[in-house]
Amino acid sequence: MDLKLKIWRQKNASSRGRFVDYELTDISPDSSFLEMLDVLNEILIKTGEEPVVFDHDCREGICGACGMYINGRPHGPDDLITVCQLHMRKFKSGDTIVIEPWRARAFPIIKDLTVDRSALDILIQENGYVSVNTGNAPDANAIPIKKEYAELAMDAAACIGCGACVAACKNASAMLFVSAKVSQLALLPQGRVEAKKRASKMVAKMDALGFGNCTNTGACEAECPKGIKLTNISRLNREYYSSTFSS
Amino acid sequence: MANLDSKIPEGPIENKWSNYKSKQNLVNPANKRKLDVIVVGTGLAGASAAASLAELGFKVKAFCYQDSPRRAHSIAAQGGINAAKNYPNDGDSIYRLFYDTVKGGDYRSREANVYRLAEVSNNIIDQCVAQGVPFAREYGGMLDNRSFGGALVSRTFYARGQTGQQLLLGAYQAQSRQVKLGNIEMYPRQEVMNVVLIDGKARGVIIRDAITGETQRHSAHAVVLATGGYGNVFFLSTMAMGSNVSAIWQAYKKGAAFSNPCYVQIHPTCIPVHGEFQSKLTLMSESLRNDGRIWVPKQKEDALRIQKGEITAEDIPEEGRDYYLERRYPAFGNLVPRDVASRAAKERCDAGFGVGTTGLAVFLDFKDSLERLGKDTIEAKYGNLFQMYEKINDFNPYKTPMMIYPAIHYTMGGLWVDYELQTTISGLFAVGEANFSDHGANRLGASALMQGLADGYFVLPYTIQSYLADEINTPRFSTDGEEFEQAEKETKENLEKLMSIKGNYSVDTFHKRLGKIMWENVGMERNKAGLQKAITEIQQLRKEFWVDLLVPGELNDLNPELQKATRVADFLELGELMARDALNREESCGGHFREEFQTKEGEALRNDKDFAYVAAWEFTGVDKEPALTKEQLKFEAIELKQRNYK
Repeated sequence: MDLKLKIWRQKNASSRGRFVDYELTDISPDSSFLEMLDVLNEILIKTGEEPVVFDHDCREGICGACGMYINGRPHGPDDLITVCQLHMRKFKSGDTIVIEPWRARAFPIIKDLTVDRSALDILIQENGYVSVNTGNAPDANAIPIKKEYAELAMDAAACIGCGACVAACKNASAMLFVSAKVSQLALLPQGRVEAKKRASKMVAKMDALGFGNCTNTGACEAECPKGIKLTNISRLNREYYSSTFSS
Repeated sequence: MANLDSKIPEGPIENKWSNYKSKQNLVNPANKRKLDVIVVGTGLAGASAAASLAELGFKVKAFCYQDSPRRAHSIAAQGGINAAKNYPNDGDSIYRLFYDTVKGGDYRSREANVYRLAEVSNNIIDQCVAQGVPFAREYGGMLDNRSFGGALVSRTFYARGQTGQQLLLGAYQAQSRQVKLGNIEMYPRQEVMNVVLIDGKARGVIIRDAITGETQRHSAHAVVLATGGYGNVFFLSTMAMGSNVSAIWQAYKKGAAFSNPCYVQIHPTCIPVHGEFQSKLTLMSESLRNDGRIWVPKQKEDALRIQKGEITAEDIPEEGRDYYLERRYPAFGNLVPRDVASRAAKERCDAGFGVGTTGLAVFLDFKDSLERLGKDTIEAKYGNLFQMYEKINDFNPYKTPMMIYPAIHYTMGGLWVDYELQTTISGLFAVGEANFSDHGANRLGASALMQGLADGYFVLPYTIQSYLADEINTPRFSTDGEEFEQAEKETKENLEKLMSIKGNYSVDTFHKRLGKIMWENVGMERNKAGLQKAITEIQQLRKEFWVDLLVPGELNDLNPELQKATRVADFLELGELMARDALNREESCGGHFREEFQTKEGEALRNDKDFAYVAAWEFTGVDKEPALTKEQLKFEAIELKQRNYK
């Protein structure tokens, strides 16, 4: 396959970025999108240019490190996968592909396609956990949990923290991310105890970190590579409002 | 010679851990606040250790190379985690889990460590449930279990095909809680470049900030390495792209013994290599072998025509198919352990019966199961795996058989540690895959997660106190001393040297060449001539690397090529040690198969008389032969036997 690429190049957080055009020939349709970028980088290195910098690690769709807009869509044209699992057979020879970093106030650009997503870690530090110390756990089967709830909790827990939901949202809101954690833990008796406190702390922090508000457009759900559902946001809202009423 | 005092406690095996705990030194709460611990790596072992130590009151500094601690490669483990809960009432016990693990490891692990692992396995499940890990449940609300290779009971707990992810997020959240409480300082995007020793004790690390490129010094009373495995020495593996050996390799070069580097696990069910530009291999869960049948064509001509694309699997009639695992191992069939299944696939492909365009693949066929159980049942069990296969390969496995081939997956070797998980350097500890201790020559499925969390939650928080109890009078120290100065200088010089070569070839070029040497000579089957050849070739490649490497960009900038270069420089030394260890071990055991040592039927032939020991290698200089010390393994609770899966 022959491709034309338009890639966002930016030296660092304080410099101005711009699109740079590249052309690639003879790309195997069986290679992954990141392998295609590897090929480009090998060429750039040989010609004395700096390779395109992007985050990636497991390359099997679970670590959440990779993420970029491809032709305007987070993680590209295929549904329910991350960039590292996107394969070139989804494109046609001769295509022009536009590649950009996540654009969100809470995710400042570090270099090229690499952004700083530490805001997501800071959100989890706001009670995005169950407050239990190592060693003081009862027997694992002491509290039965409805299979249905365990499954719903698992659906929410599948979030990989890639930031595609924030990138997809016109307000750059982190509601889907926050709601996935709040839902998972609110659905399980172990996390239920702190559910309201968790919701109010995480939402307050989300605002403080510069994420936007949720206006229920659903772009986050449409682009989530793990299929996290909007119903989690409803669950978050329930916890959040009941926490404000009871406080 | 390394002092290999394993410090195994007195008493019968089932009392050793409680004996240890009741007699060990502890640190009082007021003193814990005055003691600092550095933890490198935030996977299952690192995150659970950091969280547990911080909960106890120690001040922890945690480092990872990823942009977030949640991304460590433990996250990619699919299948599950073992524990001896015996919830299914099928006869499981701590002893049985211990026995299976020692046998699975082909009798090359330390009994006392493995027993302790089995003993704390149940606490792990309790802990994870309390953290909100959404394990699979039955309709009555109780936890569900599945079976896994190498065991006769169902003892594997799981969270769909994402068990590693869920356990890691549990540990990550526990760690995040301690970050918020101020007990852990978290340093993401930092690469540990060097370990600092003062008066023979580990006292700190030198790191490179990946964003600014600056080197920095960090001191502590003890250093814990939880940096995972070194499978990326093969270039292509199921490891994350950034997984590396560097921290434990620097520790080795500072005097920590490195044990059993040649024990590498090759997983039989991975997606085959497709081309030159491939960067990484993807694992398909071992659980697929429960319902899939593995075969290649009986006739070489058929295999050739499939390779050329003239015919497909469906064109081969039933009588033209060789279900070679069922043929060779009628008792275990497609469920033989990983090492056996991997070698059998290689044997068929080497003999010319392989499929796929490269001839390096075998079929994993669900036709019979689909007919017997129906599509819905298969989809419920393996839906996500089938979907992943189709996304990557563009073949629908409900219609055509999957193609699989073995790939490097896990490394059993690592830093030598005693019963307290302390390396041969005082104050330097190694946990999880980074140490050598629990899996012998082969690891059973669903045991990696168990070991990582056992070490981090329930072993290290006790054993490290035995060391720290003697450190309560050591005040926090600055990083101005000459040892830190010297270590930082070494690191900087090394980085500058890599930048200044300005040769002709990229890091990946060298890494791929190293991977090829390793895969061909130090992979699934090894022999004396091949290993000797590998040693010479690696030495040669290392020389070329240092004169012809090209690292673009700048030293003080986010420069992934420079990061890769530092890692590959270490792999180029490690590869040689692996070959030397494999050459020394004149027997076949677990993941280490020497062609010269096999039974008439082609099975691994152990030599317990001469090789029932842990090989501990000591660094003597980059181009010098390392020194070997042996820790003799004593089997008191279990009788040594030849493994038999026929």
